[in-house]
Amino acid sequence: MIKNISNLGDAALYCDFGTEVNKEINRNVINYFNNLRDSNFLGITNITPSYNKLVISFDLKITSFAKLKKQVENLELKKKINSKNNLIKIPVCCTEEFALDIKRLQKLLKINEAKIYETFFSKNYYCYMTGFIAGMPFLGDMDKSLFAKRLETPRVKVPKNSIGITEQFCNIYTFESPGGWNIIGKTSVDIFDNKKNTEPNLINPGDTISFYPISKQEYEKKI
Amino acid sequence: MNKNYFEVLRPGINSTFQDNGRNNFYHIGIPFSGAMDNRNFLLANTISNNGINNPVLEFAYQGPKLKYIGENISINVTGDVNFKIIRKNKNLEFSCYENIVLENNDCLDILSTNRSVYGYLSIGGTFEVDYYLNSCSTNTKAKIGANSGEKLEKGQIIQLKNIKKILPKNKIEYLNSKIENIRIIKGPHFDYFSKDAIDLFFSNEFNVTKLSDRMGIRLKGPKISNIKNTNIKSEGLVKGVIQITADGDPIIMLSDHGTIGGYPKIAVVISADYDKLVQIPPGSKIKFKEINLKDAETIFKLYEMETQNLISNIK
Repeated sequence: MIKNISNLGDAALYCDFGTEVNKEINRNVINYFNNLRDSNFLGITNITPSYNKLVISFDLKITSFAKLKKQVENLELKKKINSKNNLIKIPVCCTEEFALDIKRLQKLLKINEAKIYETFFSKNYYCYMTGFIAGMPFLGDMDKSLFAKRLETPRVKVPKNSIGITEQFCNIYTFESPGGWNIIGKTSVDIFDNKKNTEPNLINPGDTISFYPISKQEYEKKI
Repeated sequence: MNKNYFEVLRPGINSTFQDNGRNNFYHIGIPFSGAMDNRNFLLANTISNNGINNPVLEFAYQGPKLKYIGENISINVTGDVNFKIIRKNKNLEFSCYENIVLENNDCLDILSTNRSVYGYLSIGGTFEVDYYLNSCSTNTKAKIGANSGEKLEKGQIIQLKNIKKILPKNKIEYLNSKIENIRIIKGPHFDYFSKDAIDLFFSNEFNVTKLSDRMGIRLKGPKISNIKNTNIKSEGLVKGVIQITADGDPIIMLSDHGTIGGYPKIAVVISADYDKLVQIPPGSKIKFKEINLKDAETIFKLYEMETQNLISNIK
């Protein structure tokens, strides 16, 4: 449930669901998001779910903070099942040229390369949110043995489709972008397809993801 | 090929096609985009008798130089912009905020924006552009929208369609006033900062640095030190949010901003000051002033009335 709704400037609502990061809170955020998407509240321009907050921006010409706050507070929640809530399988090529930080991670975590990948590939990951850059999914939770700090100095350019890990999370760089996550491989799948005019995102908040390894040859065949 | 088109002789620094922007895609990481200065965008389309969401060409600092081929067409430029038309080797000077006629072989040279950032070119007709997710707005980071998500490039051709008959002047008397005081509302992490830091934030001027673009404005001034945590769990952002980075510098989110961010939000710029904020060029100084939500809503209503007055006084 929403603990508190405050204003973020004069044209957005800031809905606070708590301070922890866990699936239960996040599923609550996403349930509100899905219900709000189906509501006919006038003036909403964007709804942004994140770990434990929901930001709703609106057109100040059409509605106001007080009016929309009341509507959100009285929103009748129906259980929404994300139709795309299947398991999405993402191939990852871990050849040395793509796994930019695997050597650093071996030293940092004191685990050998094979064990790092075995642990990484053995889990399913939950998509808490997408964003920052178009389509980038924030996935968790990593096995505790793989918790690693981000790079001290972020890379100016992380190659597109790189798989990064940091602390309890992993993500996929949907575009070449600056970034400080530890890069352990690269996928052959475009997570954000800017040619697709409907649902350009392969992974959406609330989805479950698993990764599986592919060889360099398979990678090249797929791209 | 159409018979009416522009050839880009010089693209300018950051020339992109924009409209009202893209709603309802923040949750997949796609920002609003759209014209930065909404009032000048609206005035440009109004003078052209176009729909309010018609695409315009937005430029920043130095604009494009365009050669026009085709039948006579009405065009107008909005913003505080220095431009000329080169017709048969003669330089012709015109004013912003009125329709002027462009003839075959004319060259429109948009030289610069004056002590401001953005200007707009609108035509009595329509730029033929691609749409993506219900908007033509170019977002160069996600590579989406008009012009394959890219800025204008030298040598390219811009096709025009639905050319209207020559329009009346439709002159609007408007002075782009400048502001130094930006009005803000407290953000959700206001209490992450000490009383001294808050005092510094409101009592000092900040410099607008060169690291400013359609995504955001980076400011330099006294360091705003954090007493709780320099990072938060990433969460949604909106236009006008002021985040304080780990280094203690404020950054203001603008129309192409990343949809989520992990720095504390000290404040949010009020909607009524956004159009003026984006026009403040690097090298300028700004100061923040706190107001409450109720006043911000009233000021926005007044700002909207002022825009409507400008439109109804069209001559």
